[in-house]
Amino acid sequence: MKISAENVGHVAILARLQLSEEEKTLFSRQMGEILEYVEKLKQLDTESVLPMSHAVPLQNAFREDAISAPIGVEKALSNAPDRCGNFYRVPRVIE
Amino acid sequence: MEIFEHPIRSLHEKLKKREISSVELTRIFLERIRRVEPKISSFITVTEEKAISDAASADRMISCGDSNLLTGIPIALKDIFLTEGIRTTCGSRILGNFVPTYSATAYEKLCKKGGVLLGKLNQDEFAMGSSNETSAFGITRNPWDIDCIPGGSSGGSAAAVAACEAVASLGTDTGGSIRQPASHCGCVGLKPTYGRVSRYGVIAYASSLDQVGPLAGNVEDCAIMLGAISGYDPKDSTSVNFDVPDYLASLGRGVKGIKIGLPKEYYISGADPDVEKALESAIEVYKSLGASFVEISLPHTDYAVAAYYLIATAEASSNLARYDGVRFGHRSEEAESLVDMMTRSRSEGFGPEVKRRIMLGTYALSSGYYDAYYLKAQKVRTLIAQDFAAAFDKVDMMLAPVAPTPAFRIGEKTGDPMQMYLSDIFTIPVNLAGTCAISLPAGFTGYGLPLGIQLIGKPFDEENILNAAHAFEQATEWHLRKAVL
Repeated sequence: MKISAENVGHVAILARLQLSEEEKTLFSRQMGEILEYVEKLKQLDTESVLPMSHAVPLQNAFREDAISAPIGVEKALSNAPDRCGNFYRVPRVIE
Repeated sequence: MEIFEHPIRSLHEKLKKREISSVELTRIFLERIRRVEPKISSFITVTEEKAISDAASADRMISCGDSNLLTGIPIALKDIFLTEGIRTTCGSRILGNFVPTYSATAYEKLCKKGGVLLGKLNQDEFAMGSSNETSAFGITRNPWDIDCIPGGSSGGSAAAVAACEAVASLGTDTGGSIRQPASHCGCVGLKPTYGRVSRYGVIAYASSLDQVGPLAGNVEDCAIMLGAISGYDPKDSTSVNFDVPDYLASLGRGVKGIKIGLPKEYYISGADPDVEKALESAIEVYKSLGASFVEISLPHTDYAVAAYYLIATAEASSNLARYDGVRFGHRSEEAESLVDMMTRSRSEGFGPEVKRRIMLGTYALSSGYYDAYYLKAQKVRTLIAQDFAAAFDKVDMMLAPVAPTPAFRIGEKTGDPMQMYLSDIFTIPVNLAGTCAISLPAGFTGYGLPLGIQLIGKPFDEENILNAAHAFEQATEWHLRKAVL
């Protein structure tokens, strides 16, 4: 299973990662090796098998629609890398 | 025996009889940490002031007669558990300055019992690794041989217990991250059934596999810790609302008449001779205690690592999307636009293994590949879970190796991710099936490295594997050996 450096570049954009050329080459090789290894899953006939998304068969977990104390603005913003008043500031989105 | 080598019950007696106060005990551990940390580096953060004030509160609890086994006992946490007001990094540069505004439920439960927090332990970055070498905060070393890895991802949690820097610790296990380091460091580590312990406030790696569990120097201490952290939590909708049994009461019943399965796919020729020998002698010990053995089959074992690395990386790529530099964590200062800011922050903040797994997971989930990879892996997960269910119809529990080899040398596998992933071959299936397992000391190599064995239990049957592990411990002395530091 080969995955080209170009393809790696495309996945990096989806994952919001900026990779150097060296990283692209390295990941292209390593991801190729890993994907080649996981090819073995194709040996199994899973036509009639249901996917398992969770270890315990839980149904919807509901709680009472009761108001509890909110975390509060100060706490919520306490780790903000860039704060402006009661907001998170980010680079300009709209020109 | 040094005071820091005592098990919980013995320390509890001393605290209750006022032979020592928790503050004194905590100072002894802080001194021990100061002495051995230059060699081992299990801690990312030592919370000295907090520890002393926790201990003073514990002493007040004890003098009011309001104590339990954990009151005043110095413990430590993998740095994946949120601790309000205490920096929590998850071993990553992206959370290098992150100070949580709330605490993990498992930690809060230990606080309520009067446990004393010594600090936060090193780990593989975002729990992605089997050797603790992916941490952004340096390598933790194996107390038995400082040129070897302690295992991972809860490597600091195992090394700290093995080096007597804490009485017990908490770790997390997504594909073996409690059991494998416990095995490599000669301590006891338990991965509970999925849903047994709340994951609230535990930084997510692969949410359908992650589970919190204890590491300690012996089985009883592990049982005490498990009892303290288990139970339903309304804040984790995947925690299961089953009563928490008295795990201590389950110890000492013996193993006469129990039937232990040996999964034939785990006993392959060409295995490491030391690992093989430890298993063989463990089988003899159990036979002499009245247990019987039967060969069973887990036919899809060979597919577990492949299924795991698709499921875990897919879930990780989704979970780690939250690190965008907007609300918390590292933000790049060179950004020109919002997307550029996110991309740069992530690229500067994540290490290579985390990037590799995000890339793999993103690929597996991307358009055109979802059915072939993620969905296929989830179907294979069903087959693996069915293997376990069928085997547990025939036996009470299983005995298996934990890792294919003893602790390997630092740097030995860092260049080859696939080799590193394959070192989790015996632990991963348990996470996929969602059941419980315990790793316990069962011997040493000729070079003095610890060897572990693994008992795998039925879902929510932690009692029986704890009891069987305890019976083995009573009949052997491996757990009494301490690393010389």
